[in-house]
Amino acid sequence: MSKEEVVLLGFWASPFCNRANIALAEKGVAFEGREEDLFGGKSDLLLKSNPIYQKVPVLLHNGKPVCESTNIVSYIDETWPSPPLLPPCPYGRATARFWADFIDKKVFDGGNSIWKSKGEQLEVAKKGFLEILKQLEGAMGEKDYFGGDSFGFVDIIAVPLTSWFYAYEKFGGCKLEDYCPKLYAWMKRCLERESVAKVLPDPEKVYEFVINLRKMHGIE
Amino acid sequence: MADEVKLFGVWASPYSRRVEVALKLKGVKYEFIEEDLSNKSDLLLKYNPVHKKIPVLLHNGKPIVESLVILEYIDETWKGNPILPHDPYQKAVARFWAKFLDEKCFPALRKAFSSKEDEQEKAIEEASELLKILENELNGKKFFGGDKIGLVDIVANFIGFWLGVIQEAKGEELLLTHKKFPILCKWIDEYVNCSVIKENLPCQR
Repeated sequence: MSKEEVVLLGFWASPFCNRANIALAEKGVAFEGREEDLFGGKSDLLLKSNPIYQKVPVLLHNGKPVCESTNIVSYIDETWPSPPLLPPCPYGRATARFWADFIDKKVFDGGNSIWKSKGEQLEVAKKGFLEILKQLEGAMGEKDYFGGDSFGFVDIIAVPLTSWFYAYEKFGGCKLEDYCPKLYAWMKRCLERESVAKVLPDPEKVYEFVINLRKMHGIE
Repeated sequence: MADEVKLFGVWASPYSRRVEVALKLKGVKYEFIEEDLSNKSDLLLKYNPVHKKIPVLLHNGKPIVESLVILEYIDETWKGNPILPHDPYQKAVARFWAKFLDEKCFPALRKAFSSKEDEQEKAIEEASELLKILENELNGKKFFGGDKIGLVDIVANFIGFWLGVIQEAKGEELLLTHKKFPILCKWIDEYVNCSVIKENLPCQR
């Protein structure tokens, strides 16, 4: 039996790290999770493994680093093929990669712009974020998950970001579920999975974390 | 039944050219449809409603958008002359560099060339740091992909071709000099002489 060493450098509140956690759990891969102190001082291992971005998550597989969360999830899927996270046909895979890219580019920044702004800018940020969520609902259509009948790649890319939604609601003064009920139904479905429920942080804790982030950014 | 492949693009766009290089590398016959970005066609808006951008690859009527997504689709659909390595780790490395180019390098390079005088020095310095990282990554290899061009070389076409054109148009070697980046300049020479690239260079209008 080969000895595999899998280490994941992460941070509890980071949706990007949670993606990797969920993917490894879905594949049943044993790994060592190491919590990085992003504000106190990043570890030498992190700085050495990801010299360009110096960010988490970093997956170390037998000492070799893989960086960037979507890249890590793809790597996990290809290295431990069962159960597959991506559909078998190239077109289905391209569609999944497209939505993963859309989510990467729009959701986190869109949501965070809510707690970073005030007054009229806040209203603009809220409106923008709701449009993004509506587009995601469109992508899912009538399916249970982004990929269809089963939980897969795009669900893993998307679901960790939802633990920040409560914080966006608090700062935005809105209830997101009223605007995108289908998305919330999907969220609840995903949270029934052990891999997701065990990994995602408590949204209340994320909200407290965001309050601190705001202070650090000098926003009052 | 023969494949029907169409590409909606713009002759001057590096993103569009990337897809053409990949199709040519694989020997795929396709129809190129030039878009007027100031007056986007109904078809483009229909096939890419989310981003409304080129390039859009249409394969037997099904649209694929976003150049990096298209390149992987091409690689998975037409197996000859692989663009990505087979090994998952090497694939992850290639994907990392492709994203680095698109998300960090190209915006910095564009900024370096379009900044006003007082901001230009800083912009050039930032772009130089990124080019240095690429230079270090290439060290010893003919191409980013090894002996043959791969995903990263195709994605780096902005550096491979357009950068030289822009510098020439501006009449000065602002950024990419043989002295500062000997390895990258050597890569550019290999790159433009590589036959599939040679056939795909837009003429320097």
